[in-house]
Amino acid sequence: MSQPMVQARGVRKRYGSLEVLRGIDLTVERGQVCCLLGPSGSGKSTFLRCINHLERVDGGTLKVDGDLVGYRRHAGKLHELGEREVAERRRDIGMVFQRFNLFPHMTALDNVCEAPVKVAGVSKAEAEAEAQRLLEQVGLADRAGHFPAQLSGGQQQRVAIARALAMKPKLMLFDEPTSALDPELVGDVLDVMRRLAADGMTMVVVTHEIGFAREVADTAVFMDEGVVVEAGAPRQVLTEPTQERTRAFLSKVL
Amino acid sequence: MTDATAPTRTPSVITKKTEDEALDVVPVRHYGRWAAAVTAVVALIGLAGSLAKNDNLHWDVVGDYLFAGLIFDGLVTTLWLTAAAMALGLALGTVIAVMRLSASPVLYGLSSLFVWAFRGTPLLVQIIFWGYAAALYSQIKIGIPFTEVTFVSWDTNAVLTPAVAALLALGLNEAAYASEIVRAGIQSVDPGQAEAAHSLGMRPALTMRRIVLPQAMRVIIPPMGNETINMLKMTALVSVIAAHDLMSNIQEVYAQNYQVIPLLVVASCWYLVLVSLLSIPQAWLERRYGRGAARSQSNSAVQRLFGSAGTPWARRTKKEAGR
Ligand SMILES: Nc1ncnc2c1ncn2[C@@H]1O[C@H](COP(=O)(O)OP(=O)(O)O)[C@@H](O)[C@H]1O
Ligand SMILES: [Mg+2]
Repeated sequence: MSQPMVQARGVRKRYGSLEVLRGIDLTVERGQVCCLLGPSGSGKSTFLRCINHLERVDGGTLKVDGDLVGYRRHAGKLHELGEREVAERRRDIGMVFQRFNLFPHMTALDNVCEAPVKVAGVSKAEAEAEAQRLLEQVGLADRAGHFPAQLSGGQQQRVAIARALAMKPKLMLFDEPTSALDPELVGDVLDVMRRLAADGMTMVVVTHEIGFAREVADTAVFMDEGVVVEAGAPRQVLTEPTQERTRAFLSKVL
Repeated sequence: MTDATAPTRTPSVITKKTEDEALDVVPVRHYGRWAAAVTAVVALIGLAGSLAKNDNLHWDVVGDYLFAGLIFDGLVTTLWLTAAAMALGLALGTVIAVMRLSASPVLYGLSSLFVWAFRGTPLLVQIIFWGYAAALYSQIKIGIPFTEVTFVSWDTNAVLTPAVAALLALGLNEAAYASEIVRAGIQSVDPGQAEAAHSLGMRPALTMRRIVLPQAMRVIIPPMGNETINMLKMTALVSVIAAHDLMSNIQEVYAQNYQVIPLLVVASCWYLVLVSLLSIPQAWLERRYGRGAARSQSNSAVQRLFGSAGTPWARRTKKEAGR
């Protein structure tokens, strides 16, 4: 039996009195690419952060690869996960941030090696060989010794993707990976993501790149004010939306 | 003078520039700075001369004691006391800083209480308190509170020698200040850094050690350098419990020969030497933890005097930054 990679049912999240997610339903099958779109403040980042437990879900159920996020099933009861188990689950989920969040005190190579060596216990030599291979894959083989401050935004984001891939995740989350980039640097990052999708990686991508979504996504999801307004094949959602809110948003973005 | 020449020179430079690209740059001359510098240097030479000729200073006595064995012993004690108290202060201060940032109200409360108590009372009082702790508890016991059960016990005076008391007093006091510095350092690091580390499966303790603290160091090191310099001088306070540091031994000598001023000159000389030496490891640490940071080079004093354009130093720093 094949479980979906991500399965959300009525996911709720509130910050104080502000209800940010108001019942999100969403399914991402294995090997699929799901693009999340929606106006700023609609809860896209919050939902993404819930998937790898950077935020705690307040209601509903959220499963990754069949496991309830934040809980372990044992003897008919749900046990909240401890810090060690939460960290273990996160190893399988890679995340790429809008502002890269590379470790500025480490070279590109060390950024990629850090988690395999310190978390997965891979030997330094092995991790470096793999990191070099990953940097090559994102087109940065010659930048391994550079510090993040010496790299362009597009190069930093590609190092960040390599860093996430180094833990061999089964799911990759992207939170507006190209929004902080100069327009001419966006293409390189999208190319890397396109190849990743072609290789069969399961991906949830928050993006405003409609072209990318139309071309790469298996499902496009339009969110507004903490709910999924419309979901389906990208061609349908992005070209012939049935909902007025989707149409209004698309007319502003395009 | 300068006003008269300037207008005639400036246009000629401009016209020449259009014909010829390879011209020497004439930096702005800082005449005011030069005048102030000369005045200050002359005043300093005068002061040094008058001190050198002042018989009340007894330079012969200063010379006799500058390298005396007792002074050296004190120097060694002062050095290890400074190093040990700073190590204790930084280690404990980091723990307290992490406690203060913790979500647990108990840990937060305890650490705040510690900082409140040790920052709120004079260091001198704390030193004397630790020196005379035997008057408060004659025995140190480890057992179950409020019962007679005792696992081990020591005689307070045997454990709390003046040196240990001095170390505790200075180290605990330093921990209170260091914790605030470390806390500010930790808070200066972008929360996105910890988030990225967590998303890679790094646990909070590992994230703190590998990702947050190394970046916090850039903010922590300069004030901790100041703290170390202060500590070196504050060790002089432990002379009140006769801990045999430099100042204790100096006092011991002048209590016998009444040469107070020359011996204080000896002490000052050594403190100055030690403080000067401290700037070397500080500069090294700042460079080490500045790795990967956006370039922010400050000009050296020589550069500021001459104006920064075209000096060899300016060229070197540019090359380093581009590495
Ligand atoms: N840590 C937080 N505390 C309080 N409010 C937050 C927090 N994070 C996000 N929010 C609020 O939640 C809403 C949704 O934010 P977000 O998920 O970042 O939206 P999006 O990514 O779609 O732009 C916004 O109104 C934002 O102000
Ligand atoms: Mg967002």
